[in-house]
Amino acid sequence: MIKSGQSANKEFLLFLGCAIPYRVSSYEISTRKVLAKLGVKLVEMPDYNCCGLPIDPVNHEMMLSLAARNLCVAEQKKLDIVALCPGCAGTLRKVNKKLKESKELREKVNGYLKEINMEFHGTVEAKHLLQLLVEDVGLEKIRDAVTKPLTKLQVADHAGCHVSRPSKQVSFDNSEDPEVLKNLIEATGAKHVDYKDKLSCCGAPIAGVNDKIPLQLAREKLSSMRNAGAQILVTVCPFCHMMFDTNQLRIERMFTETFKIPVLHYPQLLGLALGFSSSDLALRDLRVDPSGIISPYAMEGS
Amino acid sequence: MSDAAAKPGRDEDAGKAARIGINAPIRAHELNLGFKYEISAMHDGEKLKQCFQCGTCTSDCPIARFSDTYRPRMIIRMAQLGLRDRVLSSDTLWLCAACFTCTDRCPQDVEVASVIRILRNFAVREGFMPLIFRELGSNILRIGVAYEIPELRLKKREIVGLPPLPKSDLNDMLKLANATGFSKTLKETERK
Repeated sequence: MIKSGQSANKEFLLFLGCAIPYRVSSYEISTRKVLAKLGVKLVEMPDYNCCGLPIDPVNHEMMLSLAARNLCVAEQKKLDIVALCPGCAGTLRKVNKKLKESKELREKVNGYLKEINMEFHGTVEAKHLLQLLVEDVGLEKIRDAVTKPLTKLQVADHAGCHVSRPSKQVSFDNSEDPEVLKNLIEATGAKHVDYKDKLSCCGAPIAGVNDKIPLQLAREKLSSMRNAGAQILVTVCPFCHMMFDTNQLRIERMFTETFKIPVLHYPQLLGLALGFSSSDLALRDLRVDPSGIISPYAMEGS
Repeated sequence: MSDAAAKPGRDEDAGKAARIGINAPIRAHELNLGFKYEISAMHDGEKLKQCFQCGTCTSDCPIARFSDTYRPRMIIRMAQLGLRDRVLSSDTLWLCAACFTCTDRCPQDVEVASVIRILRNFAVREGFMPLIFRELGSNILRIGVAYEIPELRLKKREIVGLPPLPKSDLNDMLKLANATGFSKTLKETERK
C-alpha cells in the first residue's frame, strides 16, 4: 500500500552515497532543485560512510555495521534518511528492518557498534527518493505543481532492482508490476512506455568483474525501449544511469547500432515539467544529448 | 576479461579445481557433508536445504541469459551437495549481480542471492576474491566510501553551488573493520 502526501514539508537527511558525487552530479543537482520546489527540506548528513552494499560479498557483518552506523547517525539527528541511490536506500532499509526485527542480529551488530560508542535503536526510517515523492509529497501535489506538462513525450522507465527487491525486505512498490515510477512519469504529463524485460537488471553491478555481459544486457534493453517507441529513458539509480547514458555510445559502437535515447534522472524530467531550465537541471552533463527531443518543453539556460 | 574473474586461490589444488570446471564428474571425496549445515547456520542461508532444483532462479536470471557458465541453480546444488572447494573457487560465483530476482521468485523461499553472498564470504576467507573488491574495501578504510571522489569533482561541486560532501570518521571505519574481521580479510587477501 502506498500512502500519499501524509507528511508534507518534512525534513530528511540526504544520503548521497559515493556513485552520485563521483559520476552523476546531475542527479543530485536536479533532485535538490525539484525537492526544494515541492517543499521538502534536505538536511546534510553530519558525517557518513559507505552504505555497506559494495563489500557485502566480502564481509556481511562489515556491511551490516556500516549500514547500521549510518542509521545511528540519523537516529542522533532524529531524522529519516532519503537516499538517491537505490543500492544505498535498499541496503539501509533492509538492515534497518532486520535489526528492528531480529534481537539476535541487533545484539550482534550493537556489539560491533559499541566499539565506536554507538547503538542502534531503530527509531528512524530510510527511504529512496521515489518513496519520498509518492509518500511524503504525493502524486496529487506533484501533478498540481506541474506548469509545463510534457504532453506527447514518450518516456520509458528503468527503476533499478534495489528500489523494490528483495521485496520482502525492501517492502516498496510491486516488484513484479511496479507502478510508482510509471505514475510519477505520467504526473509530468508525459506518456509512459512499457517495454520487454523492463524488470531485468541493467548489468552494472558486475561491470567490475565482467566487461561483456553488462553491455549485452544494456544493449538488449535499449533495443526493446527503442522498439517500444521510447524517446527518453528515465532512471533513478546512478548505476543504471551509467549503464544506459555513459555507456550508450560504447554500446552503439560495439554492436554497430544506433539508439540515441537520452537518459534523464527522474528529477530532471519532473524539473522540466515544473518549469526549470536545462541548465538548472544540469541537462548538459548527460552524454546522450537530449536537447533535440526536449526542446519543445525546455526553457534555455538562465 | 572473460568469466575468469576470481583471482587464483592460495593453493594449487583449489586453483586446479577451478580449472576442472563445474561440469567435471563429481568424486565422492569431494563431498563435504557438513557444508550445507555450515551455510544454513548463516544469516539468510537457513532455507538452502529447501531447494528442489526447479530452475526458476536460472531461467529468470538476467546474467545467466548472457553467460555460458553462470547458473544459480547449479551453484545452489553444489552447495547442497557439499562441493565446497569447487564452488568456492569457481569464477562464476562472482557473476551474480545481486538483483534479487531469484530470491523474489523462488517458490521454496530460498534466499538464492543471499546464499551466493554467503558463499562469496566463505570464498574470500579461502583467498578467492576479484581484485575490484579489494579496491572497494581498502577505499572504505582509507576514505570511508567505496569510490574515491576525484579532487576535480569536489571543486566542481563548489563551482555549481553544491554543499561540501560530509566527511567520514575513519577512526570508526578502522574500529568496525577490526571488530568484524574485515581488516584481517583484506590483509590476508593482499598476500595472495
